[in-house]
This record gives sequence, structure tokens and C-alpha cells, in this order.
Amino acid sequence: MTSIGTGYDLSASTYSPDGRIFQVEYANKAVENSGTAIGLKVKDGVVLAVEKLVHSKLLVPGANRRIQTVDRHIGLATAGLPADGRTVASRARDEAANFRDVYRSPPTLKTVADRLGHFVQMYTLYSSVRPFGISTILGAVDKDGPALYVIEPSGVFFGYHGAAVGKGRQLAKTELEKLKLSELTAREAVIEAARIIYLVHEDAKEKEFELEMSWIGPETNNQHVAVPQDLFNEAEAKAREALVSGLE
Amino acid sequence: MDHFPLNWGRPRNDAVDSYSTYPITQRPNHAPKDAFSAGIQHTQQPIVTGTSVLAIKFKDGIMMAADNLASYGSLARFRDIQRLHAVGEHTVLGAGGDMSDFQYIQSILDELMIDEFAAGDGHALGPAEVHNYLSELMYARRSKMNPLWNAMLVGGFKDGQRFLAYVDMLGTTYSASTLATGYGAHIAQPLLRRAVEGREDTLDEEEARKIIEQSMKVLFYRDARSLDKYQIATITAAGVHISDSLQIETSWSFAEGLRGYGAQTQ
Repeated sequence: MTSIGTGYDLSASTYSPDGRIFQVEYANKAVENSGTAIGLKVKDGVVLAVEKLVHSKLLVPGANRRIQTVDRHIGLATAGLPADGRTVASRARDEAANFRDVYRSPPTLKTVADRLGHFVQMYTLYSSVRPFGISTILGAVDKDGPALYVIEPSGVFFGYHGAAVGKGRQLAKTELEKLKLSELTAREAVIEAARIIYLVHEDAKEKEFELEMSWIGPETNNQHVAVPQDLFNEAEAKAREALVSGLE
Repeated sequence: MDHFPLNWGRPRNDAVDSYSTYPITQRPNHAPKDAFSAGIQHTQQPIVTGTSVLAIKFKDGIMMAADNLASYGSLARFRDIQRLHAVGEHTVLGAGGDMSDFQYIQSILDELMIDEFAAGDGHALGPAEVHNYLSELMYARRSKMNPLWNAMLVGGFKDGQRFLAYVDMLGTTYSASTLATGYGAHIAQPLLRRAVEGREDTLDEEEARKIIEQSMKVLFYRDARSLDKYQIATITAAGVHISDSLQIETSWSFAEGLRGYGAQTQ
């Protein structure tokens, strides 16, 4: 951050002399300060999981969700400013609905990611707006099977087998790399996702957190829904177990 | 016939058939054609149409039926059209009238249901909500003098409650234990009432099906815009089930004895 105070970081519409846009990099910082979000694309589905840091004991459990539904078969998890996540999710719903309206078929995730990428990128062009302070993990099972994309504050998006954004992304990525993602079922992936979130949280020694998980797969009729309570409890119990045995 | 004397003696306008009586008699329009409002077109009549929809309450829920025909005027144009549409897990919509308007309504409802699904709040729209939404939609459109040309039945089962109601192109609504739209409102409704009223809580599914089948058969005999291929939807606590196409068994041998039909021996 040697460039602070040079005047090139005041607007997203100004490059620094070496070709960087500092406002976009600051947006990435907002993402790095947020609770971790991960996505797993497996054999027959997609699992999204979020480490939602709870900043007050007075909050109602389940408040301020960070996993949202875009279309029947598309889900999205964000890391960064929660309010920006709501905006992007709302836009994603509009884009999905627009695709359905024009083409009379469910959108593929690639199309939605592409359109959202353009939307996010627009906010890196003008001095009157601020780039989105979120990275978005998009997951779906569409006509081509399971799909997973990440959109960054700059507007770039890539497809992944496994994705992690937010504070604990480094450790989460190493854990994801150890898994044989293309051989797991969605149900197995839920267990792994919970384990990784718990592990990442333990590593950071943060305050309280709430685990948030959703999945799309054959057991949900390829619809994006929250992980059912019994499976959620099982995954959480196993995650705690793994944590204890890992520490010994 | 143009009954307005001011129009008499003018050159003939071939764009207007002055003898047509369908849907109403038309008069030549001598107003300037480049008026701004001339660019706005409103629905004046249905084009491809479906005929009656029938529905009754029975012990476990609602049963609804509609045939598979979409007519183009009196031509039986499309013989494989589904006129029963599931809206979510608890509701079925059956429509007569303009089939393109019906398809438009389906897409609106599908979008609505996706919005509700995306909210992820654990609530789902039931038949009562869908019916009210539709009535507002139909009334709003008729108030713009541009109605969606349909008569529809909404049937459903949610939270242990049966629901059955009617809504049409004017936004009119009513509810009863037996309902029918179109020609069926004249021919089938009396039969349904006699068979169902007072027995809504005792009729089992099989009896209900018999009543519906019988009424569909009568309608096929009497309604020239109907087809002997139809579907039955049942909505119960178990959810929505729309059957495959069913065939009506008919016998036309009696026709031989009708005067003015077939070979007459006098």
C-alpha cells in the first residue's frame, strides 16, 4: 500500500502510472476481511457453505443470510459487504428471469455469470460509483450438469471445481485441493464443506459464527435449497469431531 | 349493415366486411389512421380457443378436467394442447378461452413462483393466493380495455384446506363446490351440482372421477368445440397430479335414427 496518498486511489476511473486501479484492490480488501465462503462442484451437484461471523449475540439466528437463491437451480454465496451481496443477488435474479423471458428455458450458469460479470465490471469504470466489495460464488446444476463460478470485484469470473473466498480462503483452498471433488456425491460434499468451514474458523480464532449451507443435486431435484436440518446437524457434528481429532 | 346515415353513400371500404356479425358488427372507420392511438392495438376477440374446464370438490381435495383441444374458430386446429397447468406444489390452473393468453398467464405465474422460491422464506403461495393474484391481473387488464381472454378455474389443496374458485377476463370471481367454464357452465354444471352438492365430504376419488368422466362425455356429445381426449388433475394433500391424456368412449349408433342425419329412408 505504498501508493496511498499518491492520489491515484481516489476514484475507480483513474489508473495508477503502473496500470492498476486501486479502488478495485481496496474492494478486494473488503472481501478478505469477511467470513469465508466456499463452493464445491462435485459429481452430481454443487454445495455452498459460508462461515457467517455473528457480530452480536442479540441477532436472531439465521439473520443476514449470505447464501441466496437466484433461480430454481442457481444459488449464490458472497463474501464481503453483505449489502452488496443483496444487490448482486437481486441483479442475478433479474438476469435469470430475463433469460427465461427471452429464451423460454432455464438459464445456464455460464450465461448468468457472464451477465453478472459485466454488471460488476461496470462499477469499476466511473468516479461516481464504488466497485462491489464482494466476491460471489455462483453454483448451479443446469443442462450441462453441475457448474461453479466466482466473480471478483473487478468483474472477472472463472469456473472452478472448488472455490473459496474471504478470510480463510488460503487454508480452505488447500483443503479443497485434497478432495477428489469429481468423485464425491453432493451428500458427501456437504460433510466436507462443513468440516472445511469449521477448520478454517478454528484457524482464525474468530468470534462466534454460524454455519450456512445450501446444496443442489439429485436429492433436491436439482433445486437450490438449504441443506435439510438432519443432514446439517450430522455435518456439523462430524465437523466438530474432525476438529477435535485434528487437534490431538 | 352500417346503420349510421352519415356513412351512407361513401365509397366502399374493402378493409371492412360490413356484413360480418362476428364478434360484433363492424362499421367502416373514417377517422384519420395516423392518430397516435391507432398505433395501440387491444385484444378484440380470442383467436385460438380452448373450451370448457370442469372442477369439483371431493373428500380428499379437488378434481379438475379439460380436453386437449385448441380450436381455430370452428376448426379443431391443435389436438394435443394441455389446458391444465400446475402452479407450484398445491395448485392447478385450468383455462378456457384464448390459448395464447393462457400461455402468457402461465409464464407470468412461473416467474411469480420462481420469485417466491428465491425468497427462500419457507412460505409457498397456495391456491387462494394464486387465485387472488389472477383476479387482480385480469381486472387490471380489463380496466385497460385490453383483457386476457380467458375463463379459468383455480383448484388446490394446502394446509388441510380445499380451494376451488373461478376467475374470468373481467376479473369476476366466485367459488362453489362445483364449477365449470364456457359451454360446460350450461351443460355440465347442472349435472355436477346434482352429483356433488351436499356430498363434498363423502365423495371418494373414484366416485369423483366417475362424475367428471360422465360430464366430459356429455360435453363431448353436445359441445362442437370439444374433443374426446382430455386430462384430469387431482390436487390432494399428496400434491398435484395431472393425468396423461384419457379417451372418451362414445357410441354414435343412435345417430342413424335421427331425422336429417345420415341416410334417410323416410
